[in-house]
Amino acid sequence: MSSSPPPAARGKWSTRRNTNDPHRAVAATRTFFLLQVKHFFTILSHELRVLLVSPSTYLAAVAFLSVMGFFFTMMVDSYSVAAQEVTPAVTFFQYFWVPVLLVVPLLTMKSIAEERRQGTLETLLTTPVSTAEVVLGKYFSAYFLYISLWACTGGFFYILHRFDRNEHFIDFGPLAGGYAFVAVSGLLFVAIGIAASAVSRNQAMAALFSGTALLGLIVGSNFLPNIELLKNEALRPLKTAVDYAQVFQHLADFSHGVVDTRQVLFYVSGTVLALIFSIFSVEVKLLHS
Amino acid sequence: MPDDPTPPPPPAIEVKNLVKSYAGVTAVSDVSFTVQRGEIIGFLGPNGAGKSTTMRILTGFLPATSGIVNLCGVPVASDPDAIKHLIGYMPENNPLPEDMRVSEYLFYRGRLKEVPRRKLSARIDEVLELCDLKRVRHRIIGKLSKGFRQRVGIAEAVLAEPPVIIMDEPTIGLDPHQILIVRDLIASLRGRMTVLISSHILPEIEVTCDRVVIINQGRIVASGTPNDLRREILGHSAYKLELAGEIAALTAVLAQVEPTLVIASHGEPDATGFRIFHLTTARDEPLGEELLRALTNDTRFRLRGLAREHPSLEDVFLAATRRTWEMVDAPQHK
Repeated sequence: MSSSPPPAARGKWSTRRNTNDPHRAVAATRTFFLLQVKHFFTILSHELRVLLVSPSTYLAAVAFLSVMGFFFTMMVDSYSVAAQEVTPAVTFFQYFWVPVLLVVPLLTMKSIAEERRQGTLETLLTTPVSTAEVVLGKYFSAYFLYISLWACTGGFFYILHRFDRNEHFIDFGPLAGGYAFVAVSGLLFVAIGIAASAVSRNQAMAALFSGTALLGLIVGSNFLPNIELLKNEALRPLKTAVDYAQVFQHLADFSHGVVDTRQVLFYVSGTVLALIFSIFSVEVKLLHS
Repeated sequence: MPDDPTPPPPPAIEVKNLVKSYAGVTAVSDVSFTVQRGEIIGFLGPNGAGKSTTMRILTGFLPATSGIVNLCGVPVASDPDAIKHLIGYMPENNPLPEDMRVSEYLFYRGRLKEVPRRKLSARIDEVLELCDLKRVRHRIIGKLSKGFRQRVGIAEAVLAEPPVIIMDEPTIGLDPHQILIVRDLIASLRGRMTVLISSHILPEIEVTCDRVVIINQGRIVASGTPNDLRREILGHSAYKLELAGEIAALTAVLAQVEPTLVIASHGEPDATGFRIFHLTTARDEPLGEELLRALTNDTRFRLRGLAREHPSLEDVFLAATRRTWEMVDAPQHK
């Protein structure tokens, strides 16, 4: 039995935490979180380094910037021919889904699936590191890279701003709104990519899963409100929910400077769910490995 | 109860009635063993015997179905975080990231294992020296030969100076020279750390380990020092004879020398009429002299060779695992 005779009122766990002093408990909790954070940053910096030295990152970057550059050129071309109703920033961000479908699977497919296939996940999880830290470290490194790639497209607008002779071409409101939308929606898109990687053993499968899920979320959600079944009066709450989950509508709102907290909540809660799902699937897969 | 820190320090590894079953298959069935601090213990078994599963349970990576596992007195099931500070683990096939340099990898792992940053680079130098990796410290792991990779794995396992090192097949796929180096490396940890290694390369285990646990079909079939196991599993001594003459009379002559001396097996006569006989006896003292005298004095036999056999661990292993197969095939024995 335990070494110190426990006073009668002490609970089951009190022999391990041998004090009831709240200050010490707070200090212990703080140390605990600092340790967690320490591992998180170790993993994050390692993951960033791995992403920065891996050729697939640069391939993804080249693919992304080529595609976006192509859209930008086409767009500028159309503006030079005839006057358009909206500013270039609004038009440009309407193509956001193309690079999302290309780049997010490329950036995230390796993260957990590859570690699992190589067996390094086993060595990683037998060190004093929690699954949550591993998943979060990988998630934020991928998110950082995703945002950095989008930040590069700022160069396009800079060039346009530098060389156009028409002052109203660059409207900073929609531009900031567009980037804000990319940053907020990217949280969820990258989390979906990580979740896809967490459930598969194979990079290709992970890319396929995340590609399909993102396509379903971004494009598929456009068609959901048109389903005849949802027009039934009894399903009105569901219809309302589907109407809110319109990624293109969110983009339009952000571009017009409307930041609806419900939309932000949609992405943030989706991100949290996807990450929790990733953590659980890594752990469940260990149990059945 | 596990927590009893003061009197004698708890054993490094304590496993009691460990059971692990996956989807109806029992991988580990009622395994119990204890490893004292500073011991090097070998875990032997054919493929699929449950070695890796047991090791993964010891590291806290896999949960057990039932049973108790304590490392240095800390229960694995209820305190997995503390366990991770107590072990250095090298899994089967030693997975390593392909695109990192050796020193970078060790630095990363040292940070994850909470080696203080101030001490880390000195400690990395130390393990690089110990594992003879100084020459390759700036090389990329993916480009190293298997022997070096294996040593990187061992360096990583001992990096944080944990009290318990668990290595799953550390010498698999190495050439004899590399095996020798890895074996010396493991032997150099004796007394400082408790080492549990699994292998099915038997000479390996025999040279390196203080004690051997043989596991088959998820059960422990034998455990002890290699010498104890020989005595326990194979009977006491064995002799090999090269003899020509009347076979029928041999049994009687042997019985005169020592009543328990019997012919275990014999071969076919060669061109000159000599056969090879394998004899076993329950007596441990040397019988060679009496046997030689009895056979050379007898005109019915012509003796060409007599040797006392030193059974290898391999024989012990084969006999011990055969014993379990028989137990499995005939459950009424149990």
